[in-house]
Amino acid sequence: MTGPVRVAVLDYGAANMVSITKALTAVGAEAVVAAEPSALSGIDAIVIPGVGAAAPAMVHLRERGLSEPLREWVRAGRPCLGICLGFQLFFDASDEADAQALGLLAGRTVGLVDAPTLPHIGWNSVDAVRPHPLFDGVADGSYFYFVHSFAPVPSDEGIVVARTTHGRPFVSAVAKGSLYGLQFHPEKSSEAGLRVLANFVGLVAAGASAAGSDAAGAPVA
Amino acid sequence: MLARRVIPCLDVDKGRVVKGTRFLNLTDEGDPAELAERYAHEGADEIVFLDITAAHERRGTMLEVVRRTASRAFVPLTVGGGVRSVDEMRDVLRAGADKVSFNTAAVADPALLAACADRFGSQAVVCAIDARRLPRPDGAEQRWEVVTHGGRRTTELEAVEWAIRAVGMGAGELLVTSMDRDGTRSGFDTQLLAEIATRVRVPVIASGGAAGPDDFVTAVRDGKADAVLAASIFHRRIFSIADVKAAMAAAGLPVRQLEGRDA
Repeated sequence: MTGPVRVAVLDYGAANMVSITKALTAVGAEAVVAAEPSALSGIDAIVIPGVGAAAPAMVHLRERGLSEPLREWVRAGRPCLGICLGFQLFFDASDEADAQALGLLAGRTVGLVDAPTLPHIGWNSVDAVRPHPLFDGVADGSYFYFVHSFAPVPSDEGIVVARTTHGRPFVSAVAKGSLYGLQFHPEKSSEAGLRVLANFVGLVAAGASAAGSDAAGAPVA
Repeated sequence: MLARRVIPCLDVDKGRVVKGTRFLNLTDEGDPAELAERYAHEGADEIVFLDITAAHERRGTMLEVVRRTASRAFVPLTVGGGVRSVDEMRDVLRAGADKVSFNTAAVADPALLAACADRFGSQAVVCAIDARRLPRPDGAEQRWEVVTHGGRRTTELEAVEWAIRAVGMGAGELLVTSMDRDGTRSGFDTQLLAEIATRVRVPVIASGGAAGPDDFVTAVRDGKADAVLAASIFHRRIFSIADVKAAMAAAGLPVRQLEGRDA
Protein backbone atom coordinates (compact mmCIF):
# COMPACT_ATOMS: atom_id res chain seq x y z
CA MET A 1 0.00 0.00 0.00
CA THR A 2 1.06 3.58 -0.40
CA GLY A 3 0.88 6.33 2.16
CA PRO A 4 -0.08 6.02 5.80
CA VAL A 5 -2.81 3.67 7.03
CA ARG A 6 -6.10 5.55 7.09
CA VAL A 7 -8.09 4.87 10.25
CA ALA A 8 -11.66 6.07 10.76
CA VAL A 9 -12.46 6.79 14.40
CA LEU A 10 -16.21 6.51 14.86
CA ASP A 11 -17.66 9.61 16.50
CA TYR A 12 -20.97 8.64 18.04
CA GLY A 13 -20.97 11.17 20.86
CA ALA A 14 -18.85 9.08 23.21
CA ALA A 15 -16.73 12.02 24.31
CA ASN A 16 -12.97 12.15 24.01
CA MET A 17 -12.04 11.97 20.30
CA VAL A 18 -8.90 14.06 20.73
CA SER A 19 -6.78 11.50 22.56
CA ILE A 20 -7.47 8.54 20.26
CA THR A 21 -7.00 10.50 17.04
CA LYS A 22 -3.78 12.11 18.28
CA ALA A 23 -2.48 8.78 19.55
CA LEU A 24 -3.13 7.16 16.15
CA THR A 25 -1.39 10.08 14.48
CA ALA A 26 1.53 9.68 16.90
CA VAL A 27 2.05 6.08 15.69
CA GLY A 28 2.04 7.07 12.04
CA ALA A 29 -1.56 6.53 10.97
CA GLU A 30 -3.85 9.05 9.36
CA ALA A 31 -6.86 9.39 11.67
CA VAL A 32 -10.20 10.51 10.27
CA VAL A 33 -13.14 11.30 12.52
CA ALA A 34 -16.20 9.54 11.09
CA ALA A 35 -19.60 10.76 12.27
CA GLU A 36 -21.49 9.43 9.23
CA PRO A 37 -21.21 6.49 6.82
CA SER A 38 -19.83 8.59 3.94
CA ALA A 39 -16.69 9.24 6.03
CA LEU A 40 -15.85 5.53 5.77
CA SER A 41 -14.95 5.59 2.09
CA GLY A 42 -11.30 5.05 1.28
CA ILE A 43 -10.27 3.99 4.75
CA ASP A 44 -8.24 0.96 5.84
CA ALA A 45 -9.51 0.36 9.37
CA ILE A 46 -12.16 1.42 11.89
CA VAL A 47 -11.61 2.23 15.55
CA ILE A 48 -14.62 2.35 17.87
CA PRO A 49 -13.56 4.36 20.91
CA GLY A 50 -15.75 5.18 23.81
CA VAL A 51 -16.58 5.52 27.40
CA GLY A 52 -20.05 5.93 28.77
CA ALA A 53 -23.19 3.88 28.71
CA ALA A 54 -24.05 1.08 26.25
CA ALA A 55 -27.69 1.92 25.55
CA PRO A 56 -27.27 5.58 24.47
CA ALA A 57 -24.15 4.58 22.53
CA MET A 58 -26.15 2.08 20.44
CA VAL A 59 -28.88 4.68 19.89
CA HIS A 60 -26.32 7.18 18.61
CA LEU A 61 -24.64 4.61 16.36
CA ARG A 62 -28.00 3.77 14.77
CA GLU A 63 -29.15 7.39 14.50
CA ARG A 64 -25.97 8.28 12.65
CA GLY A 65 -26.44 5.31 10.32
CA LEU A 66 -23.16 3.78 11.47
CA SER A 67 -24.21 0.45 12.97
CA GLU A 68 -25.05 -1.36 9.69
CA PRO A 69 -21.95 -0.18 7.77
CA LEU A 70 -19.92 -1.23 10.79
CA ARG A 71 -21.47 -4.72 10.84
CA GLU A 72 -20.84 -5.12 7.10
CA TRP A 73 -17.26 -3.92 7.52
CA VAL A 74 -16.50 -6.49 10.21
CA ARG A 75 -18.34 -9.32 8.42
CA ALA A 76 -16.21 -8.61 5.34
CA GLY A 77 -13.18 -9.33 7.52
CA ARG A 78 -11.85 -5.80 7.40
CA PRO A 79 -9.77 -4.50 10.35
CA CYS A 80 -11.62 -3.06 13.31
CA LEU A 81 -10.49 -2.19 16.85
CA GLY A 82 -12.97 -1.62 19.67
CA ILE A 83 -11.81 0.18 22.80
CA CYS A 84 -13.57 -0.05 26.19
CA LEU A 85 -17.27 0.58 25.47
CA GLY A 86 -16.50 0.15 21.76
CA PHE A 87 -15.15 -3.33 22.57
CA GLN A 88 -18.20 -4.20 24.69
CA LEU A 89 -20.51 -3.24 21.81
CA PHE A 90 -19.06 -6.07 19.67
CA PHE A 91 -20.99 -8.60 21.74
CA ASP A 92 -24.65 -9.61 21.64
CA ALA A 93 -25.90 -7.59 24.56
CA SER A 94 -24.95 -5.79 27.74
CA ASP A 95 -26.34 -6.09 31.24
CA GLU A 96 -25.90 -2.33 31.42
CA ALA A 97 -29.53 -1.22 31.10
CA ASP A 98 -30.25 -4.44 29.15
CA ALA A 99 -28.83 -2.92 25.99
CA GLN A 100 -28.75 -4.85 22.70
CA ALA A 101 -25.33 -4.47 21.09
CA LEU A 102 -23.85 -5.19 17.64
CA GLY A 103 -23.81 -9.00 17.86
CA LEU A 104 -20.50 -9.39 16.03
CA LEU A 105 -19.08 -11.64 18.73
CA ALA A 106 -21.02 -14.18 20.77
CA GLY A 107 -21.23 -13.27 24.43
CA ARG A 108 -22.57 -10.78 26.88
CA THR A 109 -21.19 -7.77 28.74
CA VAL A 110 -21.72 -8.07 32.48
CA GLY A 111 -20.92 -6.03 35.59
CA LEU A 112 -17.57 -6.62 37.29
CA VAL A 113 -18.20 -9.11 40.07
CA ASP A 114 -16.36 -8.92 43.40
CA ALA A 115 -14.60 -5.69 42.43
CA PRO A 116 -13.12 -4.08 45.58
CA THR A 117 -13.68 -0.63 44.05
CA LEU A 118 -16.13 0.31 41.31
CA PRO A 119 -15.78 1.86 38.75
CA HIS A 120 -12.49 0.07 38.04
CA ILE A 121 -10.37 3.17 37.49
CA GLY A 122 -6.62 3.16 37.11
CA TRP A 123 -3.63 1.23 35.83
CA ASN A 124 -3.83 -2.51 36.01
CA SER A 125 -1.67 -5.32 34.64
CA VAL A 126 -2.67 -7.06 31.44
CA ASP A 127 -1.70 -10.74 31.54
CA ALA A 128 -1.30 -12.64 28.28
CA VAL A 129 -3.42 -15.74 27.73
CA ARG A 130 -1.66 -16.38 24.43
CA PRO A 131 0.92 -14.44 22.41
CA HIS A 132 -0.57 -12.04 19.88
CA PRO A 133 1.08 -9.53 17.52
CA LEU A 134 -1.06 -6.77 19.06
CA PHE A 135 1.22 -7.02 22.11
CA ASP A 136 4.55 -7.37 20.29
CA GLY A 137 7.21 -5.50 22.25
CA VAL A 138 5.01 -5.19 25.34
CA ALA A 139 6.17 -7.10 28.41
CA ASP A 140 3.62 -9.56 29.78
CA GLY A 141 1.92 -8.03 32.82
CA SER A 142 2.46 -4.42 31.67
CA TYR A 143 0.14 -1.78 33.10
CA PHE A 144 -2.61 -0.18 31.03
CA TYR A 145 -5.26 2.37 31.98
CA PHE A 146 -8.79 1.14 32.67
CA VAL A 147 -12.03 3.07 33.30
CA HIS A 148 -15.12 0.84 33.38
CA SER A 149 -17.66 -1.03 35.47
CA PHE A 150 -18.58 -3.74 32.93
CA ALA A 151 -16.64 -6.29 30.91
CA PRO A 152 -17.62 -8.77 28.20
CA VAL A 153 -17.77 -12.53 28.69
CA PRO A 154 -17.09 -14.07 25.26
CA SER A 155 -18.80 -17.38 24.51
CA ASP A 156 -15.71 -18.48 22.60
CA GLU A 157 -12.71 -18.76 24.94
CA GLY A 158 -10.52 -19.09 21.85
CA ILE A 159 -10.70 -15.37 21.08
CA VAL A 160 -9.30 -14.32 24.48
CA VAL A 161 -5.84 -12.77 24.24
CA ALA A 162 -5.39 -11.30 27.73
CA ARG A 163 -7.00 -11.06 31.13
CA THR A 164 -6.81 -8.58 33.99
CA THR A 165 -7.78 -9.05 37.62
CA HIS A 166 -9.85 -6.65 39.69
CA GLY A 167 -11.59 -8.78 42.28
CA ARG A 168 -11.95 -11.55 39.70
CA PRO A 169 -10.17 -11.97 36.37
CA PHE A 170 -11.97 -10.50 33.37
CA VAL A 171 -11.21 -10.45 29.65
CA SER A 172 -9.10 -7.40 28.77
CA ALA A 173 -8.17 -8.21 25.14
CA VAL A 174 -9.61 -10.36 22.35
CA ALA A 175 -8.75 -11.00 18.72
CA LYS A 176 -10.72 -12.83 16.05
CA GLY A 177 -9.38 -12.51 12.54
CA SER A 178 -9.05 -8.77 11.93
CA LEU A 179 -11.41 -7.87 14.77
CA TYR A 180 -9.64 -6.68 17.92
CA GLY A 181 -11.06 -5.59 21.25
CA LEU A 182 -9.38 -3.94 24.23
CA GLN A 183 -11.04 -3.21 27.56
CA PHE A 184 -8.29 -0.74 28.51
CA HIS A 185 -7.55 2.60 26.84
CA PRO A 186 -4.36 2.37 24.76
CA GLU A 187 -4.68 6.10 23.97
CA LYS A 188 -4.36 6.80 27.71
CA SER A 189 -1.74 4.17 28.51
CA SER A 190 1.43 6.10 27.72
CA GLU A 191 4.24 4.22 25.93
CA ALA A 192 2.72 0.74 26.33
CA GLY A 193 -0.58 1.95 24.88
CA LEU A 194 1.07 3.64 21.91
CA ARG A 195 2.95 0.40 21.24
CA VAL A 196 -0.32 -1.55 21.04
CA LEU A 197 -1.81 1.06 18.69
CA ALA A 198 1.34 0.94 16.56
CA ASN A 199 1.02 -2.85 16.40
CA PHE A 200 -2.62 -2.51 15.33
CA VAL A 201 -1.69 -0.06 12.59
CA GLY A 202 1.11 -2.42 11.54
CA LEU A 203 -1.34 -5.34 11.32
CA VAL A 204 -3.67 -3.21 9.18
CA ALA A 205 -0.80 -2.25 6.87
CA ALA A 206 0.33 -5.88 6.56
CA GLY A 207 -3.24 -7.05 5.87
CA ALA A 208 -3.78 -4.30 3.30
CA SER A 209 -0.56 -5.26 1.47
CA ALA A 210 -1.57 -8.93 1.46
CA ALA A 211 -5.06 -8.08 0.22
CA GLY A 212 -3.60 -5.84 -2.46
CA SER A 213 -1.17 -8.46 -3.75
CA ASP A 214 -3.36 -11.56 -3.85
CA ALA A 215 -6.83 -10.13 -3.23
CA ALA A 216 -7.22 -12.51 -0.29
CA GLY A 217 -8.69 -10.70 2.65
CA ALA A 218 -8.80 -12.24 6.09
CA PRO A 219 -12.45 -12.86 6.81
CA VAL A 220 -13.51 -13.42 10.38
CA ALA A 221 -12.96 -17.11 10.96
CA MET B 1 -3.39 -5.96 40.54
CA LEU B 2 -4.70 -2.42 40.34
CA ALA B 3 -1.83 0.02 40.88
CA ARG B 4 -2.06 2.89 43.36
CA ARG B 5 -1.91 6.08 41.34
CA VAL B 6 0.38 9.07 41.81
CA ILE B 7 -1.16 12.25 40.45
CA PRO B 8 0.48 15.64 40.07
CA CYS B 9 -1.96 18.54 40.24
CA LEU B 10 -1.42 21.71 38.20
CA ASP B 11 -3.13 24.94 39.22
CA VAL B 12 -3.89 26.85 36.04
CA ASP B 13 -4.66 30.58 35.91
CA LYS B 14 -5.38 32.21 32.54
CA GLY B 15 -3.67 29.35 30.72
CA ARG B 16 -0.50 29.29 32.81
CA VAL B 17 0.58 27.01 35.65
CA VAL B 18 0.76 28.98 38.85
CA LYS B 19 1.65 28.09 42.36
CA GLY B 20 0.83 29.82 45.54
CA THR B 21 -0.87 29.06 48.75
CA ARG B 22 -4.51 28.60 47.85
CA PHE B 23 -5.00 31.43 45.37
CA LEU B 24 -2.54 33.80 47.08
CA ASN B 25 0.96 34.91 46.05
CA LEU B 26 0.70 33.30 42.63
CA THR B 27 3.86 32.85 40.62
CA ASP B 28 4.10 31.77 36.99
CA GLU B 29 5.48 28.24 36.68
CA GLY B 30 5.16 27.72 32.96
CA ASP B 31 3.05 26.15 30.26
CA PRO B 32 0.54 23.55 31.52
CA ALA B 33 0.81 21.28 28.47
CA GLU B 34 4.62 21.21 28.67
CA LEU B 35 4.60 20.49 32.38
CA ALA B 36 1.91 17.81 31.99
CA GLU B 37 3.92 16.12 29.25
CA ARG B 38 7.01 16.15 31.44
CA TYR B 39 5.11 14.56 34.32
CA ALA B 40 3.61 11.94 32.01
CA HIS B 41 7.10 11.09 30.78
CA GLU B 42 8.28 10.82 34.38
CA GLY B 43 5.58 8.31 35.21
CA ALA B 44 2.57 10.32 36.40
CA ASP B 45 -0.46 8.02 36.34
CA GLU B 46 -2.84 10.87 35.64
CA ILE B 47 -2.78 14.67 35.49
CA VAL B 48 -5.21 16.96 37.27
CA PHE B 49 -5.68 20.53 36.07
CA LEU B 50 -7.35 22.85 38.52
CA ASP B 51 -8.65 25.97 36.81
CA ILE B 52 -8.45 28.85 39.25
CA THR B 53 -9.18 31.57 36.69
CA ALA B 54 -12.00 33.94 37.57
CA ALA B 55 -15.21 32.72 35.95
CA HIS B 56 -15.72 35.53 33.45
CA GLU B 57 -12.28 35.06 31.91
CA ARG B 58 -12.37 31.30 31.81
CA ARG B 59 -14.18 30.02 28.74
CA GLY B 60 -11.87 28.83 26.05
CA THR B 61 -8.51 29.16 27.73
CA MET B 62 -8.73 25.97 29.74
CA LEU B 63 -10.19 24.08 26.77
CA GLU B 64 -7.15 25.04 24.73
CA VAL B 65 -4.83 23.84 27.51
CA VAL B 66 -6.65 20.50 27.62
CA ARG B 67 -6.59 20.18 23.83
CA ARG B 68 -2.86 20.80 23.64
CA THR B 69 -2.12 18.46 26.53
CA ALA B 70 -4.28 15.62 25.18
CA SER B 71 -2.42 15.89 21.88
CA ARG B 72 0.94 15.29 23.53
CA ALA B 73 0.52 13.46 26.83
CA PHE B 74 -1.21 10.09 26.52
CA VAL B 75 -2.30 9.71 30.12
CA PRO B 76 -5.67 10.40 31.75
CA LEU B 77 -6.57 14.06 32.29
CA THR B 78 -8.96 15.45 34.88
CA VAL B 79 -10.15 19.04 34.89
CA GLY B 80 -11.57 20.76 37.95
CA GLY B 81 -12.77 24.26 38.56
CA GLY B 82 -15.63 26.23 37.13
CA VAL B 83 -17.63 23.54 35.33
CA ARG B 84 -21.27 24.13 36.20
CA SER B 85 -23.39 22.32 33.62
CA VAL B 86 -23.71 19.22 31.47
CA ASP B 87 -22.90 21.28 28.37
CA GLU B 88 -19.75 22.73 29.94
CA MET B 89 -18.66 19.25 30.93
CA ARG B 90 -19.24 18.03 27.37
CA ASP B 91 -16.97 20.79 26.06
CA VAL B 92 -14.19 19.81 28.47
CA LEU B 93 -14.46 16.12 27.56
CA ARG B 94 -14.53 16.90 23.86
CA ALA B 95 -11.35 18.93 24.30
CA GLY B 96 -9.62 15.74 25.48
CA ALA B 97 -10.27 15.43 29.21
CA ASP B 98 -11.37 12.09 30.64
CA LYS B 99 -12.95 13.32 33.84
CA VAL B 100 -14.34 16.49 35.29
CA SER B 101 -14.12 17.31 38.96
CA PHE B 102 -16.92 19.22 40.68
CA ASN B 103 -16.55 21.00 43.99
CA THR B 104 -18.52 24.19 44.73
CA ALA B 105 -20.96 23.52 41.89
CA ALA B 106 -21.84 20.11 43.34
CA VAL B 107 -22.35 21.52 46.82
CA ALA B 108 -24.64 24.21 45.38
CA ASP B 109 -26.54 21.73 43.20
CA PRO B 110 -25.96 18.03 43.95
CA ALA B 111 -28.29 17.07 41.07
CA LEU B 112 -25.55 18.28 38.72
CA LEU B 113 -23.55 15.14 39.63
CA ALA B 114 -26.50 12.95 38.63
CA ALA B 115 -27.13 14.82 35.38
CA CYS B 116 -23.48 14.56 34.34
CA ALA B 117 -23.22 10.88 35.36
CA ASP B 118 -26.35 10.04 33.35
CA ARG B 119 -24.91 11.72 30.28
CA PHE B 120 -21.24 10.73 30.45
CA GLY B 121 -21.09 7.87 32.94
CA SER B 122 -20.02 7.87 36.58
CA GLN B 123 -16.42 7.16 35.61
CA ALA B 124 -16.13 10.70 34.23
CA VAL B 125 -17.59 12.43 37.29
CA VAL B 126 -15.29 13.26 40.19
CA CYS B 127 -16.60 14.96 43.30
CA ALA B 128 -13.93 17.07 44.99
CA ILE B 129 -14.49 17.53 48.71
CA ASP B 130 -12.56 20.11 50.72
CA ALA B 131 -12.92 19.19 54.38
CA ARG B 132 -11.89 20.75 57.67
CA ARG B 133 -11.89 19.18 61.11
CA LEU B 134 -14.64 20.32 63.46
CA PRO B 135 -13.86 20.85 67.12
CA ARG B 136 -14.37 17.57 68.90
CA PRO B 137 -16.05 17.55 72.29
CA ASP B 138 -14.58 15.03 74.74
CA GLY B 139 -15.56 11.50 73.87
CA ALA B 140 -17.32 12.48 70.65
CA GLU B 141 -16.38 11.14 67.25
CA GLN B 142 -14.25 13.31 65.00
CA ARG B 143 -16.28 15.08 62.32
CA TRP B 144 -15.33 17.27 59.36
CA GLU B 145 -17.16 20.12 57.69
CA VAL B 146 -17.21 20.67 53.94
CA VAL B 147 -15.78 24.04 52.93
CA THR B 148 -15.73 25.77 49.54
CA HIS B 149 -13.86 28.61 47.87
CA GLY B 150 -10.48 27.40 49.06
CA GLY B 151 -11.65 27.10 52.63
CA ARG B 152 -13.04 30.61 52.88
CA ARG B 153 -16.68 29.54 53.03
CA THR B 154 -18.24 26.95 55.27
CA THR B 155 -21.24 24.79 54.42
CA GLU B 156 -23.81 22.92 56.40
CA LEU B 157 -22.43 19.62 55.14
CA GLU B 158 -20.52 16.99 57.10
CA ALA B 159 -17.77 15.62 54.87
CA VAL B 160 -18.30 11.87 55.32
CA GLU B 161 -22.06 12.21 54.87
CA TRP B 162 -21.55 14.41 51.80
CA ALA B 163 -19.13 11.86 50.34
CA ILE B 164 -21.68 9.07 50.67
CA ARG B 165 -24.39 11.28 49.17
CA ALA B 166 -22.20 12.41 46.26
CA VAL B 167 -21.51 8.78 45.34
CA GLY B 168 -25.22 8.08 45.55
CA MET B 169 -25.82 10.93 43.12
CA GLY B 170 -23.42 9.41 40.60
CA ALA B 171 -19.87 10.52 41.42
CA GLY B 172 -17.49 7.76 40.28
CA GLU B 173 -14.52 9.01 42.25
CA LEU B 174 -13.84 11.30 45.22
CA LEU B 175 -10.97 13.76 45.51
CA VAL B 176 -10.66 14.44 49.23
CA THR B 177 -8.59 17.42 50.34
CA SER B 178 -7.86 18.19 53.95
CA MET B 179 -7.92 21.96 54.34
CA ASP B 180 -6.19 21.55 57.70
CA ARG B 181 -3.21 19.96 55.99
CA ASP B 182 -3.24 21.61 52.54
CA GLY B 183 -0.04 23.55 51.99
CA THR B 184 1.31 22.61 55.43
CA ARG B 185 3.43 19.60 54.41
CA SER B 186 2.38 17.84 57.58
CA GLY B 187 1.06 14.68 55.92
CA PHE B 188 -2.38 13.63 54.78
CA ASP B 189 -5.37 13.47 57.12
CA THR B 190 -5.47 9.67 57.04
CA GLN B 191 -8.33 9.52 59.51
CA LEU B 192 -10.54 11.61 57.21
CA LEU B 193 -9.52 9.51 54.20
CA ALA B 194 -10.19 6.20 55.93
CA GLU B 195 -13.56 7.37 57.27
CA ILE B 196 -14.63 8.07 53.69
CA ALA B 197 -12.84 5.25 51.87
CA THR B 198 -14.31 2.57 54.12
CA ARG B 199 -17.84 3.85 53.50
CA VAL B 200 -17.87 4.17 49.70
CA ARG B 201 -17.01 1.72 46.92
CA VAL B 202 -15.64 4.28 44.46
CA PRO B 203 -11.93 5.15 44.40
CA VAL B 204 -10.74 7.88 46.78
CA ILE B 205 -7.91 10.26 45.84
CA ALA B 206 -6.01 11.69 48.80
CA SER B 207 -4.99 15.34 48.67
CA GLY B 208 -3.59 17.99 50.96
CA GLY B 209 -0.46 17.79 53.05
CA ALA B 210 2.14 15.75 51.15
CA ALA B 211 5.64 16.42 52.43
CA GLY B 212 7.48 13.38 51.17
CA PRO B 213 7.25 9.83 49.79
CA ASP B 214 6.35 8.33 53.18
CA ASP B 215 3.15 10.38 53.23
CA PHE B 216 2.04 8.69 50.00
CA VAL B 217 2.54 5.33 51.66
CA THR B 218 0.47 6.24 54.72
CA ALA B 219 -2.30 7.80 52.59
CA VAL B 220 -2.75 4.41 50.93
CA ARG B 221 -1.97 2.10 53.84
CA ASP B 222 -3.72 3.99 56.66
CA GLY B 223 -6.03 6.27 54.67
CA LYS B 224 -7.13 3.44 52.31
CA ALA B 225 -6.72 5.82 49.35
CA ASP B 226 -6.58 4.46 45.80
CA ALA B 227 -4.60 7.39 44.50
CA VAL B 228 -2.55 10.23 45.92
CA LEU B 229 -2.41 13.76 44.57
CA ALA B 230 0.21 16.41 45.25
CA ALA B 231 1.35 19.68 43.77
CA SER B 232 4.18 21.60 45.34
CA ILE B 233 6.54 18.74 46.17
CA PHE B 234 6.59 17.80 42.48
CA HIS B 235 6.62 21.34 41.07
CA ARG B 236 9.48 22.37 43.31
CA ARG B 237 11.29 19.15 42.39
CA ILE B 238 11.68 18.28 46.05
CA PHE B 239 10.78 14.73 45.08
CA SER B 240 10.20 13.10 41.70
CA ILE B 241 7.31 10.83 40.83
CA ALA B 242 9.84 7.99 40.65
CA ASP B 243 11.01 8.76 44.22
CA VAL B 244 7.45 8.50 45.47
CA LYS B 245 6.72 5.29 43.56
CA ALA B 246 9.97 3.71 44.77
CA ALA B 247 8.90 4.35 48.37
CA MET B 248 5.44 2.94 47.70
CA ALA B 249 6.89 -0.16 46.03
CA ALA B 250 9.33 -0.64 48.92
CA ALA B 251 6.33 -0.58 51.26
CA GLY B 252 4.73 -3.37 49.25
CA LEU B 253 2.15 -1.23 47.46
CA PRO B 254 1.43 -2.00 43.79
CA VAL B 255 2.59 0.85 41.54
CA ARG B 256 3.18 1.22 37.82
CA GLN B 257 6.88 1.75 37.35
CA LEU B 258 8.50 2.68 34.08
CA GLU B 259 10.45 -0.08 32.40
CA GLY B 260 14.15 0.51 32.36
CA ARG B 261 13.90 3.88 34.06
CA ASP B 262 13.51 2.86 37.66
CA ALA B 263 13.60 -0.31 39.64
